[in-house]
Amino acid sequence: MSLPFLLEIGTEEIPDWMIEAALAELEEQFGNVFQTNRLDRPVFEKSATPRRLTLRSRDFPSGRPDIVTPEDGPSVSVGERAAQGFARKHGVSVAELKVYQSPTGPKYRVEKRVLGESMAQILERSLPGAILGIHWPKSMYWGELGSPTFIRPIRWILAILGDKVLDFKVAGIKSGNVTSGHRILGAAEIPVTIENYEQKLRENFVILSAEEREQRILSIAGAGHDERLLKTLVYLTEYPGVISGSFDPEYLRLPAEVLVTVMKHHQKYFPVYENGQLANRFLAVTNTDGDPEGLIRRGNERVLRARFNDAQFFWETDQKKKLADREVDLKHVTFHTKLGSYWDKTDRIKNVVKVALGGDALTIRAAQLCKCDLTTELVKEFTELQGVVGGLYARAQGEPEEVWRAIYDHYKPESMEDSIPHTHGGQLVSIADKLDTLQQCFGIGLVPTGSRDPYALRRAAQGIVKILVEGKVRISLRKFIRSDFEEFLLDRVRFYFRDVRGCKYDEVNAVVAAGWDNLKDVEERLIAIQAVRPTENFEPLAASFKRIQNILKQAQFVGNGGAIDATLLEPGPESDLYHEFQSVRSRLANLPYRPALETIASLRPQVDLFFDKVLVNAPEPKIRQNRLTLLHTLLAEFSTIADFSEIVTHT
Amino acid sequence: MDSYQEIIFKLKKYWSDRGCIIQEPYDLEVGAGTMTPETFLRVLGPKPYRVAYVQPSRRPADGRYGENPNRLYKHMQLQVILKPSPNDVIDQYLGSLSAIGIELKKHDIKFEEDNWESPTLGAWGVGWQVMLDGLEITQFTYFQQCGGIDLDLVPAELTYGLERLTAFLQLKDSVYDIEWAPGVSYREVRFADELQFSVYNFEMADVGMLWKLFELHEGEAQRLLGEFRKLAAPLPNGRGSVGTESGGVSRFPLLPTYEHVLKCSHLFNTLDARGAISVTERVAVIARVRKLAVGVAEAWMAQQTTEELAEAVQ
Repeated sequence: MSLPFLLEIGTEEIPDWMIEAALAELEEQFGNVFQTNRLDRPVFEKSATPRRLTLRSRDFPSGRPDIVTPEDGPSVSVGERAAQGFARKHGVSVAELKVYQSPTGPKYRVEKRVLGESMAQILERSLPGAILGIHWPKSMYWGELGSPTFIRPIRWILAILGDKVLDFKVAGIKSGNVTSGHRILGAAEIPVTIENYEQKLRENFVILSAEEREQRILSIAGAGHDERLLKTLVYLTEYPGVISGSFDPEYLRLPAEVLVTVMKHHQKYFPVYENGQLANRFLAVTNTDGDPEGLIRRGNERVLRARFNDAQFFWETDQKKKLADREVDLKHVTFHTKLGSYWDKTDRIKNVVKVALGGDALTIRAAQLCKCDLTTELVKEFTELQGVVGGLYARAQGEPEEVWRAIYDHYKPESMEDSIPHTHGGQLVSIADKLDTLQQCFGIGLVPTGSRDPYALRRAAQGIVKILVEGKVRISLRKFIRSDFEEFLLDRVRFYFRDVRGCKYDEVNAVVAAGWDNLKDVEERLIAIQAVRPTENFEPLAASFKRIQNILKQAQFVGNGGAIDATLLEPGPESDLYHEFQSVRSRLANLPYRPALETIASLRPQVDLFFDKVLVNAPEPKIRQNRLTLLHTLLAEFSTIADFSEIVTHT
Repeated sequence: MDSYQEIIFKLKKYWSDRGCIIQEPYDLEVGAGTMTPETFLRVLGPKPYRVAYVQPSRRPADGRYGENPNRLYKHMQLQVILKPSPNDVIDQYLGSLSAIGIELKKHDIKFEEDNWESPTLGAWGVGWQVMLDGLEITQFTYFQQCGGIDLDLVPAELTYGLERLTAFLQLKDSVYDIEWAPGVSYREVRFADELQFSVYNFEMADVGMLWKLFELHEGEAQRLLGEFRKLAAPLPNGRGSVGTESGGVSRFPLLPTYEHVLKCSHLFNTLDARGAISVTERVAVIARVRKLAVGVAEAWMAQQTTEELAEAVQ
């Protein structure tokens, strides 16, 4: 018989971004409870609002039967004393011991029995630990020192199994059948059953389903809004509504980037566009049912006006000192206490752009100015706009487009979804900046460990990879890589091609093993492999190459620099392979990767025949050496595009 | 429409009715109500306490010569400390908004995560900024640590921004236009302060003198803390120390010591506004003030423990 179950943990407002992860953890905690009790894990339905984490199920078992675990003891033949010792150890009398036939004769055995429990008992015993076992990014206590911690104070616990209200305590709160409605619009105490729970909440202005709240927002706001902001608002509200407000079109003279940042990041509003242009309107998501008198709209409009005023004040103040005149101020902005100021960093970026990356005069100018906006009031207020603000000021101050665009974009890409800098100049400055951060941080041992990466070095490295490939920037990485972060960067290269570009891991390994100095080239080789892989000769040839590698490894043959002695070749398959190899080699010259790979793959019949008919391990040492040299040369010559032995084959 | 002062009266009455002592503002420059001894020291230790007071809070770097309608060098906070925090603390807080005439059902209230940390005080807590129709009106914090010490009883701290709350209620776009008392504007009462202190803090404050004062106050606080340590032995649990000679400990002037720390904090803020502290120095100076604040908190715990022991003996 299965029972319906409902648990609601009622809390004060949980930070929106933690809620989904907490629900997953709560389910995991339940999974553990089921596992330790050797019960099948039921299907859970998870829901949450800022003030409640809810877990429901239709199919909880009614309980757990006895668990019997046999434990073997000494052989009966060892005697009475051993039996007594064994019985004492398990707290039973000798009479209660069982005897069973083991292959080596009769042995004592005790059957340890854990008594069965009803599901209610199990839950009442396990739930306090399961609830408090949720791991939070930052938790608190709210009573006495040493009392339980949670993300925010727990205020009620609703726990029902079938028609039984469960009875347990968490952090001093007794469980019951009472929930609570919307803080302002709903009743504070609402008795419920499993059946009417969601409906009762709805009557009290709580929409339990996050999806439904999202739909409610979208039904008024329309689609196409920032997904992350939307999710934030879904988990900031229990009964979302949307109001539309406006602002003085005069403010549209400020850069759209600034206005959008104020609306989205500071006020959590959706900006509104008309014909691709920012309009003087915004949408605010409320935690209420309507705004009949327009009071909420008026309040939000006033707040936005004040924010825009501030931004305008900073925009105008900052213009009084040109970006170029701020360079020297960077001496007072610390990059890192051990790594000097942003002035020092700028100097290094400039050098890399100029010398190593061969940037032109305008790109060097951009590098010189790229960090100057760190001293502006606008960036101090809107740190997320660093770079962008510098670009905007540079444009306003008459810098050429190549310069301001490069400054504007040089923090890009800020994530794997973000685009790379639009211009070549911006790409070079961005690469130089990120490479410098990597080199400097690794230089003093600030290395990311596990999930800790306070200087965002992974993002920097990933950004470099993305720009080099997608920006088609053909530079040699070797000039920049140091041994201390080579592996780190290579990891990012693999991650990019595998997880971002969706390439097969063995193809990535094969291509990278043949060199990754030029990432654009790595991409081209990968594309070629992907194209050739399904052709009939490729995988079998790859398998043969792996065989060759194994043979060479077994023979401990690393090449002796000697050439192949054609006179020692046996006529037939060996000689045929040699001649075909020479022919393929000569045809490869200047071929693009794909036909080159196809050409190499065409060697397959000769390779197959060779292995079929020729004994590499010939008794005559000279002949054996010569055969190994042939295989070694073949492998070396044809592994410059990809190391085929890395390809995982199914033949 | 209630005047600024009327709103303050109502809030004080509301919290007085809920068992709070109504204190008067602390008479030294502080950056926030949290810094006064009524909060910083009273939240330490196991004694319950409830207090509310208006605290003028000075932030030299926020001065705008009276030109910005929303930013002030000196703004007023209503600071409420409920120790321990009652179970219905949020409902009580919402009740205070109703008490000043906000019809909650007609407005949008959200509690958005905002954790508070004061590096100079060695203090932190978790909580929210309370948003009313998109305006942050209150900082709500469950203190966890103060002066580097885990708190015995977690207090709730409610900090109301009185000017913006009043501007909201009076529908004013500029704080200078809010009505302080019937017929008297905020501008008439406070504009001169804003202008003149901005001029002083940004342009005229003598940096050399400020540093000298900083060092004098720092020296005095250090000297006093040193004297106190001679009287008290550290507690084994690391949460302060207990007096070895109770008479000397309980009359020891820790409150005056703390005033010197507050002076240091304000001088630091003024130097910062004056642009006299580089980013690198900043961290170091904050650490100096923090060391003093933590020292006073530990000494205060020791003094409290000594007094409790003395009371227990009687």
